[in-house]
Amino acid sequence: MEQIIGTINGIDFTLGETILELSYLISALLFVVGLKLLSHPETARRGNFYAGGGMVLAMITTLLLHKDTGGNGISLTNVWIILSAITMGSVMGWIVARRVKMTAMPQLVSLFNASGGAASALVALLEFPNADMNNLGSVLVTILGLIIGSVAFSGSMIAYGKLDGKVKDIFSGIMTYINLLLLVVVVVLSVYIMISGQTPEQLNWVIYLLLGVSLLYGIMFVMPIGGADMPVVISLLNSFTGIAAAMAGFIYNNQAMILGGILVGAAGTILTLLMCKAMNRSLLNVIIGSFGGGGTSAANQEGGDMKEISLSDASILLSYSKSVVIVPGYGLAVAQAQHVCHELEELLSGKGVNVRFAIHPVAGRMPGHMNVLLAEADVPYNQLVEMENINPDMPNTDVVMVIGANDVVNPAALNDPSSPIAGMPIINAHLAKNIIVMKRGRGKGYAGIENELFFGEKTRLLFGNAKDSLQNLVNEIKSL
Amino acid sequence: MEQILVYFFTYKEAIFVIALSIFLGIEVISNVPSVLHTPLMSGANAISGVIIIGGIILVGHADTTTLSLELILGFFAVIFGTLNVVGGFVVTDRMLEMFKKKKRP
Repeated sequence: MEQIIGTINGIDFTLGETILELSYLISALLFVVGLKLLSHPETARRGNFYAGGGMVLAMITTLLLHKDTGGNGISLTNVWIILSAITMGSVMGWIVARRVKMTAMPQLVSLFNASGGAASALVALLEFPNADMNNLGSVLVTILGLIIGSVAFSGSMIAYGKLDGKVKDIFSGIMTYINLLLLVVVVVLSVYIMISGQTPEQLNWVIYLLLGVSLLYGIMFVMPIGGADMPVVISLLNSFTGIAAAMAGFIYNNQAMILGGILVGAAGTILTLLMCKAMNRSLLNVIIGSFGGGGTSAANQEGGDMKEISLSDASILLSYSKSVVIVPGYGLAVAQAQHVCHELEELLSGKGVNVRFAIHPVAGRMPGHMNVLLAEADVPYNQLVEMENINPDMPNTDVVMVIGANDVVNPAALNDPSSPIAGMPIINAHLAKNIIVMKRGRGKGYAGIENELFFGEKTRLLFGNAKDSLQNLVNEIKSL
Repeated sequence: MEQILVYFFTYKEAIFVIALSIFLGIEVISNVPSVLHTPLMSGANAISGVIIIGGIILVGHADTTTLSLELILGFFAVIFGTLNVVGGFVVTDRMLEMFKKKKRP
């Protein structure tokens, strides 16, 4: 491995160095191919495997072949230390990932994202003392790695707490200004570090202050965002972690890290924008959070009464329909009703009813939340229909059953320009011949907006916990 | 200004990689069916654990004769990075495993 095999610009390079760079190239290619395969249902699992393989390869070759600028390899003592850390991380990661319930998936993804952000922030923090203060570019990437990594870490932890129900949404008008102020402080500190002309030791306090402010910003930034906006934030934080890793890649001039990180950053950004588009809102609007909490209580509708439906009427209506569309929402996830929902769907299919699920892009709390939830209950994914494809069929649908969804079926988005969700594409449940809505109570949806669908002529409500209601419905249909 | 240009030249390869990776990321992800949004995000999340390489390099060249801050925090960086990588890939696989079962009885 120490054999010198060539010279470039007067510097010799060894076989080991060449193999290391080659392995990085292969890893980077595996990341790209893996991500590409991940975006098709048939090949997704293989894609995940490829990307994982790329990571393992890069880890092994780095451990064996990496040399510092002085040409020293990683000594045996350090190898053992690293291996023990890797073992601890792997065991923890494996156990958590295997044990956690499928319904806790959004929390888990946030938690792993937070740990990636923490790693990036730590690497940047520890590399800062080695930064060449005369090379502003290298100082900048170190600072950026620190800031973005810490924001991704603390933001994801708050997102984790929210998804787990441990942290409540807090929103007040002042927060926007506090956040703006924190952002200004971050910029000022960064500029100070770059132009003060002091050594890294002298700037030690500034870098720790910057770390603190960035962590605080992450918390404050995610705190007011909640509910239907959660998928956007999770996806955004995900892309932050990627960018932070890429910044660290710049510190080491490591192409595999740069490519991997930027790839994730770009992919995460696209997914974020996709989510925003699904809500017809701009990213800025989501971040500032125009409908966080109180906000517009505008449409205090006259609307009429909500009309209830009895279990037996509902079961007869469903059993004798030709086509039924189920619109699931966060309520389904909260009630953990996906299995009994599948039972109902199979029961109706057995009676010759065409049952499909209509999936709104931002239903739930993370991108694709409903898909994962229903997949866990063994619902075949070809029965899950995306919004654009199901809407044309709505007028011919006998019954639409809305389970724990609200804003994604609110017709105000289409016909009330003053509504906070105006312009958001919705599932056109109101066009179906009959609508059954399962709701816990008479309350408003997350966004605090009244939903005229619930008061419509064709709408009947079934109050109660979604799981209980579905179970009762299944029993009722069986006894028909 | 001059410094920026110098920086560009020094790191020109890396900057090329960045510019092209952005397009690659966009290209690779576009037209993903929504059924795969979660696994895709989770898989991408695992890839961002590539920061582990940085952690390995950092701890790999740390001074082990004393218990320095670099060693301790670096150790944690490696743990966190691995957690991200292993947890991310395993959980993605678990999700995709569920999508597999699509046969009807």
